[in-house]
Parts: sequence; C-alpha cells; structure tokens
Amino acid sequence: MEFFVDENDRVDGVDKVTGKAKYFAEYQLPGLTYGVLVTSTITKGKITAIDTKAAKNAPGVLEVLSHLNKPSVAGYEQAGGSPMKIFYTDQIFFNGQPIAIVVADTFERATFAASLVKVSYEKAAFNTNFEASIKDAAVKKLQGQPPYVRGIADAYKTAEVKVEQIYTMPVETHNPMELHGIIADWQANDKVTVYAKTQGVKSTQNTIANVFKIPAENIQVNSQFVGGGFGMALRTWPLEIAAIMASKQLKKPVKLVITRDQMFTMVGNRPAAYQKIGLGATKDGKITGITHTAFGQTATYENFTEGVVNMSKFMYDSENVNTNYYVIPLDMGVPIWMRGPGEATGAFALESAIDEMAHALDMDPLDFRAKNDPEKDPAQNRPFSSKYIKEAYKLGAAKIGWNNRKNKPGSTIEGSWNIGYGVSIGVFNAGRGRASVKGILKADGTLILQSATSDIGPGTGTGMTLIASKLMNIPVEKIVFELGDSSLPPAPSQGGSATLSTVGSAVNDVCVALKATIAELAANSNMDATSNFVDVLKKNNLPIIEKTIQSSQNNPEAKNYSMYSFSIHFVQVKVHQLTGVVKVSKIVSVGDAGKIVSPKTARSQMVGGAVGGIGMALTEEAILDNRYGRYVNNNFADYHVPVNADVPDIDVIFIDKPDPIVNPMGAKGMGEIALIGFAGAVANAVFNATGKRIRSLPITPDKVLEG
Amino acid sequence: MINFQFVRTSVVKTALSLIGKDPKAAFIAGGTNLVDLMKRGVIAPEKLIDINHLPLKQIELKNNILHIGALVSNSALAENALVKEKFPLLMLALQAGASAQLRNVATVGGNMMQRTRCGYFYDTTMPCNKRQPGSGCGAIGGYNRMHAIFGTSESCIAVHPSDMCVGLAALDAQVVIAGAKGERKINFVDFHRLAGTTPEKDNNLQKGELILRVEIPANNLNKNFHYLKVRDRTSYAFALVSVAAALEIKDGLIANARLAMGGVAHKPWRLTASEVFLRGKPATLANCEEAAKLAMKDAKGFGENDFKLKLAPNTIIEALTIAKSKA
Ligand SMILES: Cc1cc2nc3c(=O)[nH]c(=O)nc-3n(C[C@H](O)[C@H](O)[C@H](O)COP(=O)(O)OP(=O)(O)OC[C@H]3O[C@@H](n4cnc5c(N)ncnc54)[C@H](O)[C@@H]3O)c2cc1C
Ligand code: SF4
Repeated sequence: MEFFVDENDRVDGVDKVTGKAKYFAEYQLPGLTYGVLVTSTITKGKITAIDTKAAKNAPGVLEVLSHLNKPSVAGYEQAGGSPMKIFYTDQIFFNGQPIAIVVADTFERATFAASLVKVSYEKAAFNTNFEASIKDAAVKKLQGQPPYVRGIADAYKTAEVKVEQIYTMPVETHNPMELHGIIADWQANDKVTVYAKTQGVKSTQNTIANVFKIPAENIQVNSQFVGGGFGMALRTWPLEIAAIMASKQLKKPVKLVITRDQMFTMVGNRPAAYQKIGLGATKDGKITGITHTAFGQTATYENFTEGVVNMSKFMYDSENVNTNYYVIPLDMGVPIWMRGPGEATGAFALESAIDEMAHALDMDPLDFRAKNDPEKDPAQNRPFSSKYIKEAYKLGAAKIGWNNRKNKPGSTIEGSWNIGYGVSIGVFNAGRGRASVKGILKADGTLILQSATSDIGPGTGTGMTLIASKLMNIPVEKIVFELGDSSLPPAPSQGGSATLSTVGSAVNDVCVALKATIAELAANSNMDATSNFVDVLKKNNLPIIEKTIQSSQNNPEAKNYSMYSFSIHFVQVKVHQLTGVVKVSKIVSVGDAGKIVSPKTARSQMVGGAVGGIGMALTEEAILDNRYGRYVNNNFADYHVPVNADVPDIDVIFIDKPDPIVNPMGAKGMGEIALIGFAGAVANAVFNATGKRIRSLPITPDKVLEG
Repeated sequence: MINFQFVRTSVVKTALSLIGKDPKAAFIAGGTNLVDLMKRGVIAPEKLIDINHLPLKQIELKNNILHIGALVSNSALAENALVKEKFPLLMLALQAGASAQLRNVATVGGNMMQRTRCGYFYDTTMPCNKRQPGSGCGAIGGYNRMHAIFGTSESCIAVHPSDMCVGLAALDAQVVIAGAKGERKINFVDFHRLAGTTPEKDNNLQKGELILRVEIPANNLNKNFHYLKVRDRTSYAFALVSVAAALEIKDGLIANARLAMGGVAHKPWRLTASEVFLRGKPATLANCEEAAKLAMKDAKGFGENDFKLKLAPNTIIEALTIAKSKA
C-alpha cells in the first residue's frame, strides 16, 4: 500500500494505522505468563482471610500472591510513605482495591482462577459521599492549599452587582482506549525489564528502583507507544508493582492488563468538585471582587491536590481576589491529574460565573471579558511573556458568527430547537523543565535524536523532528526521534503541556551544538562554512558525530515574566425544547500558544481537547453508589465518552506568534488549554439558547428539562 | 468465566434436543450480550450451543406477512428492501440501537432475549433480584436514573433495553417459537413480561425453546411514522426514553395509530389507551398532547428517574409531531 505523507504528518502515523506500532501489551516474551487481579468487594475494613486453595489447584495456575505470601520488597519493608503498599497491608482503603494477583499460563485460566479466590473481611463504616461530606466537613481541618487573598477578601459581597453561585461536577475517569498494565520481566542479578504504559519512562524506572531498592541502571523501561493516557499514566500504580513482584517470585515474565471496570477504581480519576464563586462588579462592568472556594476530593491514604483555583487569581483584573481550596478524604482510590487537570474544573466554574455576571449587567460576555482583561499578571505583578487573547477573541468571534448571537437568552429558534452561543477562556502554565537530548549526525545524511521522553498521543516525535528539520535543514524523512526508552538521555514525564517546551528546547540546543561542530570541522578542513554536513563528515573521515545536551530551565529573563498558554472556545449549541437534548453544532477553538512548530499535531491536540470538552460538558460521569462504594456504570456502554455523532466539525485557529521569552522556538504547550474552559463555553451556550443555567456537569437532557 | 463446551449445529431439531438435555446449556447467536454476561460472571453456562448455522436467516413476504428469521442480523434487517418500504418504523428502531459494529452481529432473537443493562444486575457483589432472586433490588433507593416508570414491582424496576423490540411491539408482530412439543405462536407484546414477583424471568420463552422467527402483518403505517430515541449521547447509548409512533391518516383523520415506548418498563410498553384516543381524530398538537397525557396514567418515578415523567410525554408529543408532518 502506498501512503501519501507530507512533512507535517505524524512520523509514526503509518506505523500506527498499519499495526506496526507496538504497544506494551503486545510484546511476546518467551515463557510469558498472565496475571489477573483479585479486588476487594468491600469499601473499608480489613482482610481476615484469603482462601486460595481452589485457585491454586485450578488448571494452569502458577502462583497466587497476596499480603499473606508476597516476596519481600525492600522499599515496602521500611516505615513511612503511603499506607497503600500493595500486598503489604491487610487494610482495605477503597472498593476494587487490588488484594491478590493470580498468575497462570493463559489469561483465561488466570481469570477463572481469580474468580475462585475467596476473601473474608471485617467491614468498617465508610464514606464515599462527596456532596454530603461538604455539608458536614469541618472545613478548617481539611487539607488543601493555603488561602490566597489579594486586597479585601469577599469584596464581591458589597459590590454594586454580584453573582454568587455553586458549580459542581462529578468524578470523571480518564479511560484511554488502551487498558492499563505492564509486562514485567525480572531476570537474574536483580535486573528488570518492563514494558509499561507510562507518561514517563524515567519516573517508572525511579519508582521501581525505590520500591525494590535496586539501582536504576538495573531497570529497563520500554514504552515506545502509549494508547492514550490523559494523565492516568503519570505514576506507577500499585498494580504494576504487583506484576513485578510476581515476576520476581516466579522468575518468569508476567503480563498484567487490567479490565475496563478496574480502570474506574485503581488508576485514578478526575476528582469530583464543588465550587462556589462570588463575583462583584460595578454597574458599568468593572470587576471589583472575585472569591473562589473549591472543594476537591482525595483518598484517605494519600493526598491529592490540584490547581482548581489558580486561574481566578490572574485571569481578570480585579483588585480583590481570594481563593480557598480544600480536599475531602473519601474511601475511594486516589485521584490523579486528568487532562486540563484542576484548571479545567476551575475554569468551568469561573467562566460560568463570568457569563452570569455579563448577563446580570446586560453586557456581551466577550465585551465584559475584554473590559476586565489585565495588561499585566495581577497576581505576580509582572508582564505576561506574551498574550494575544484580545486578538483571539476577534478571530474566534468572526469565525463562529458571534454577531448572530442575541444577548437575550432564548431568542433564536429553529423548529423544535433553540440555538445559543457561548464562549469561555482557558489558560495553563507554559512552564519549561530540563531535558537531555543526544543528537547523532551520520555520514549517510541522517540525524538520530534520542531522549527518554514519551508520546501519549500528541505527536512528540513529530514535533521534535520538525524543530530539528528546520534548524538543521534536513528533510524530516532523514530524521529519527527515539523516545520511550529509559536508557536514553533523561527527560521529565509527559504532563502539564511541557514536553514541547522542555524537550524541544533540548533538541534546539543539541542542533545548535551540532551545527557549531560541523562549522568548526568545515573551517578546519578548509571547507566552505555552509558545506553540507555529509561532505564535512566524509572529508574528515568521520562516520558520525554526536552531542548530548541538557537544556537549561527557562531563560534568564523568565523570572521577570508570567508565562501562560491561552485558549478561547466558542461553541454554538442546539437545545431541543421538548427533550432537553443538547447538541454542540459548531466549535471554534483559538489557541494562543506561541509559535506553532507542528501544525497538524497541534490542530489534533485542539480537536482532541474539544472532544474531551464535549464529554466533560455533556456526557461524562462516573456514578458511584454510596451505599456500597462501588461504581454502577463502569463500562464503555454506560460511561459515556463522546462518539463521532456528538462532534461537529471543529475549526481551530492559532495566533501563531512566537513568545520571545519562553524558549528558543517561541512555542508554548497546548495539551491542556485545548480542554480547559470548553465545558464553560457549552454551559454558557445552553444558557444563551434557553435561559436555563445548568451549574452541574454533565449537562444531560434531564437537567435541561428540569432546569 | 468458567470453562464451557462449545457445540455447533445447523439443524433446528438438534439444537432443541441439545438444549433439552442440558439445563446448564445456552444458545449463542451474535454473542454480544451473552459473552459480556459470562465475562462479568452474571451467568455461567456450561455448554454453548452455537445456532448461527441454523437456517433462520431469511426475510420474506408470505401472504402479506413479513417473516423474519431469528438469526437475521440487526443491520441486515434494517437494510432490507421490504423492511424499508413496508415497515420503515422498524428500520428506524433498529438503526437507533447500539452501534454499527454491534448491529452487524446482533441477531433478532438475541436482541429480544438481551438482558437488562441495570448496573446492579451486572455487578455480582451487589444485590439484584433479577440475578439472584431474594437478594434485594439495588436500584430501588440507589442509582435508578435509567429505570422504569411503568409496571414496576417491589422486586425489580429494570427496563428492557431494546429498540428493535419497541418497533416490533408497535407493529403488532408475532413470535414463532419451537420447543420439544412443536411450534407455537404468541403476540410480540406478550413475549416479554413485567417483573412482578419473578424478576428473574424476562419473557415467556420456556426452558428448551428456540425463537424461530418474527412475523409482521401488513399495514398502512409506512408513511407517517417516527422512532425517537432520547439518550445521553447521540449514538451508542441506551434510551432514556424512546417512542415508536405510526399513524395512518385518511382524509385528515387518524384511521390507525400505533404507539410504543422503550426505556420505561420491563417490556416494550404499548400505549393502547393513547392509540384508541387518537383513532378517528385529526392529528392536531392538542390531540397529541392529550394522547401523551393518557399514556402517563399510572406512571411512577423512583427518584433519579422522576424526570422521565416529563420526558416521556414530551417525547411522545415530539414523535407524533414528526410522524404526522411527514409528507
Ligand atoms: C455496548 C452495547 C450497546 C448496546 N446498545 C443497544 C441499544 O442502544 N439498543 C438495543 O436495542 N440494543 C443495544 N445493545 C444490545 C444488542 O442489541 C444485543 O446485545 C444484541 O441484540 C443481542 O443479540 P446477539 O445475537 O448478539 O445475542 P446473544 O448475545 O448471542 O444472545 C443473547 C441471549 O439470547 C439468547 N438467544 C439468542 N438467539 C436465540 C434464539 N433464536 N432463540 C432463543 N434464544 C436465543 C441467547 O441464549 C442469550 O441468552 C447493545 C449492546 C452492547 C454490548
Ligand atoms: S432493578 Fe431489577 S435488575 Fe436492577 S437491581 Fe433491581 S432487581 Fe436487579
């Protein structure tokens, strides 16, 4: 088959669509065995007995490990750390907690044997009820983040016009298509190779080293392709340690892939949130006070916090801002960042409230935002490294046809459908970390770049290849970017929209260094300074030259600037008058993320974010029965991620102006801003269509009907 | 999941004798529901009798009655020319179900026999009278947003999840069943049951029986019809409420009306009182509204599904409005 690939296409696109790309679960090691987890069926308490007799006698079973017979794990023998050390505790912290692993010669046999394991418990009272806990919570005793006050706290209360509302959202699960798991192969001399699903091969390596107390060099982590992560693969979960323990015990490679229902309990989630926003403004539309109080959710055995209230501190120009953020410990698995993380949660509340205020003032919500757009970062009192949000307003408004929007809700009707428009802003830190990249120029005209970074889907290799191609003037097909291998030069995990900035800077630096070397060699061999590197290498009889560079963290100017990526999402919705069904009918997402180095994959990021945003706004909700502590919709039929039919054509616009401060490419990350704010835009559009303000996600037909 | 035997036959008689001999055997057709239930440990048949090779894949018109073999796939049925022309309501109902991939393997018989999607039924650690009689009903007092508002009992408030069956109920279909003692025929609306005190029984198929085909008598309902399914996402989601509506309009008056609902009861819910009311009347909005109101008599919510008390009549009105407006 022939593929028509252009220089902006994914470098691994053909491999992915032809099945050549290998994901962790596809590695066939000789003698591979299969692990299946036994999970708790109570929510809290203690295991009193585990009867494994029948399971051990079942055909093909090699081992059943639990806290009663696990191999010694040096890091878990030590005191401290999370009490949820797998197979090192008889305590149950949440329903669905892994408590034993059955290993057999086939997956089916392991599955059958796992069903034969009988566990007895001593049950304890538990609490998984988030909303009820907020009402009971002795707020001051809760953990969270320190309160923030600028100017006067709760200034909105005395404003000329005020909005005070509560916004809620349920637990969401990441649920990437690829199930979580690992293949662990513990070899002689305490050497371990794992095939993992991870957003950070170095972080997986370090976790394993810490738990098993073996040198990091002994651990090889491979994760070249990842079938989606959205944040859930940002840590090494206890189940992965269980598989490694089993491999160590059996001296055989063990593959463990969890089931879809297990994806809901033991690999994190986006925590439920309860947020109160108070907004005050003058009658002519100047914001005078913002108060944002948010409650998130954490586990009893570990603490998890995220940036729910961050955006409220600096996105609008207000003298008075105060925020509070608390987390409520529940008897559930610990959450983990999910795309857009806490900022997406916070943006839904803030941007809904901003829309409510614009309505109260009878102002166009875009005009209201523009009027309160700060020139400088009001929280840090310093300029933004770059910010073109007003230009983004204009471009997006023109594209969606904002002038068709009537400020009075419910004004546009087409048959049985009400039409509405909504807008919302997203913002996320445009940080840059440190990464190392090795560059190898070969006399055959190719360039190999290596870094232990990851690609959970955004197209890391593609972006890096394009950066190098432009700098080195080498066509993309002559460049190979290697990643997902812990033996490569170190790089941080892929998260927080920082990979392009962090690893890209190192690619930039290594290319600059290679060019300098070539220039030097050319000069020494009396060649023209612009000579092709192939000729220079040949002339010098060098098969290759290589350089490894660790990028610096930010440039020296960085501390004088606030660096953020921005997005603005415009949506048109149709709301059915009789059934309450909401359809997103048009989307325009504008990204203000500096220079766009990889136009196709950047667009894909924005499209994926919008699809995730539709899910957050309209469909996604993990439903737990608080009487049992168990999820009741833990499958893909009942946990609704958007399907194609829910997604209209998506227009993506980029400002595409380099940020002079953030990094040499002038490019900022965009994985998070693609999603952040989107749900607010939908909620605001539903209000514009119907006059109904839905403050609780997801906006399902019942809520619209009863709203 | 336990180990099981797998046998295949292409002869109806053999299939019947195999199932008759073995109380722990089950037929497998497309497997889209059966295998899921086995994986979740809800059922554990010791023998699977693969019926996919039985000669039950025809769709034919005989004496003005459409015969649909039990092994016709949902997509083949929806795409069939006779169905499109004469019973387009059924086509719409089929297309509203599941996803294209599932419809390609899901069969007519399997669709009728599919179990409820109630989350408690699927989780063997939670109470469910349908799965384990006497264990209690998790949905009452729990998560019941998807559950029934008509014909519920204290033991079970689950809904039958099918779309196809709602269309067949509206079309006065009949079911032909084979058993050890020969064939019998029952009305489609009598095939599924209410939960009553025996929620473990979804329908009136007896142990050892096999669905052979479904028959639909000719009608004049192929002009003014609609299947409206309200769901949480545009495709690939079960109905919150669905309505099959068909009208035969003569000289401005409704000569014949058919209405059935899905997502509201333990069986496809035929709205006979509303049909009787509409007959002989003009299809005005006021009459549609009155029909919807009549349909809601005896409806009862369980908390999270209270919204269906409003959504159901609204969906009836909208389905009738679309049906009557078709040229
Ligand atoms: C994710 C998902 C979403 C879905 N969404 C929808 C939806 O929106 N709307 C909808 O209507 N359906 C939906 N379905 C259900 C789907 O339509 C059914 O699973 C399918 O119709 C079952 O047919 P099958 O041939 O695969 O049955 P199987 O799984 O093979 O069998 C189901 C049952 O029927 C019995 N059986 C099969 N044939 C016969 C026969 N001839 N005589 C007697 N017994 C028989 C079997 O023994 C078994 O008990 C969905 C299913 C899934 C998995
Ligand atoms: S509604 Fe029926 S299926 Fe659901 S838990 Fe109750 S008894 Fe079981």
